[in-house]
Amino acid sequence: MAEFRLPKNSRISKGRHHAAPEGAKNIKTFRIYRWEPDSGEKPRIDSFDIDLDDCGPMVLDAVIKIKNEIDPTLTFRRSCREGICGSCAFNIDGTNTLACTKGIDEISGDVKIYPLPHMPVVKDLVPDLTHFYAQYASIRPWLRTQSPAPPDKERLQSPEDRKHIDGLYECILCACCSTACPSYWWNGDRYLGPAILLQAYRWLVDSRDEATGERLDQLEDPFRLYRCHTIMNCTRTCPKGLNPAKAIAEIKKMMLARRSL
Amino acid sequence: MVTDNRPLSPHLQVYRPQLTSVTSILHRFTGMFLSLGMVAVVAWLVGLAAGPGAFDMVNGWLSSPLGLIVLLLWTLSLFYHLFNGIRHLLWDAGWLLELKGAYASGWTVLVLTVVLTAIVWGGLL
Repeated sequence: MAEFRLPKNSRISKGRHHAAPEGAKNIKTFRIYRWEPDSGEKPRIDSFDIDLDDCGPMVLDAVIKIKNEIDPTLTFRRSCREGICGSCAFNIDGTNTLACTKGIDEISGDVKIYPLPHMPVVKDLVPDLTHFYAQYASIRPWLRTQSPAPPDKERLQSPEDRKHIDGLYECILCACCSTACPSYWWNGDRYLGPAILLQAYRWLVDSRDEATGERLDQLEDPFRLYRCHTIMNCTRTCPKGLNPAKAIAEIKKMMLARRSL
Repeated sequence: MVTDNRPLSPHLQVYRPQLTSVTSILHRFTGMFLSLGMVAVVAWLVGLAAGPGAFDMVNGWLSSPLGLIVLLLWTLSLFYHLFNGIRHLLWDAGWLLELKGAYASGWTVLVLTVVLTAIVWGGLL
């Protein structure tokens, strides 16, 4: 049964306010979720007044500025700062996206930053993705074959077949979509969620893969696949513009197609 | 490292509603409301079978201000669930799954629901 309220230890208390430096004119307030594992305290929201005239254009620039100049204990993941590594995925201004590709000027009012929703928090903006990665491993995301590889070349694919994995292979596994999905919130223990199902479809439609039947057998389950109710938060939130909802619908169609043979 | 006291990050509390998520949860609510409405339909049929006195009584309930409000909500739910159900069937067929189609069809369902309810009640009143 879905639990709609936050557990007691997860409810948010009041945090600290950090004022902008003297003389700052172009001020924007960043409200950031904080949780310190060793403190024994509940999570809180700290607010930071930032002078945008002295800050880069992206949300990640502001978060890094806060860590460098105001509060070095602020903890978050980041790496490439150009939307390809998927590390800095947060809930920003109510939807999940990458802080490095989200412009501060896209947000009206205060900038609210939370960790990816409905995940166990390790510290501050860092969620525990262990279960998410284990689900990814469970679909065996690699080329599975029966036939021996050609001795003198790679397994080739026509340009037409290659096109089938466009819009799928670009996924960076940032987990924005899965943690935007209410079905994944309520049933994430058994439902694979949009990111993993998009990857499952990526291998299902790869012309070189020879385990299509086994892959479909594994997904034929009331929870793993069929908890998708086309809510489409996934597609709306994907920072790479991919469409997990459509990929899931295509898997459901493949299930029907093979049953009617 | 202690891991069992980890808080759960906020979800419903902070996630911004989207047209597609609102139409999704409305589908579930209207479905539940329609099931409850079947009780009223059964009461009406039982009244019809039990004779003129009982039928007048049930009709009296249904045409009271509260009864009319419930019936109006029931009509809205019926049309919403019908049109959004068709939208789900189109999705199952693989159509309208781009954001553009999902949004256009979502607004279409909402407009059709209001228009059809207005036509039905316009005809009644």
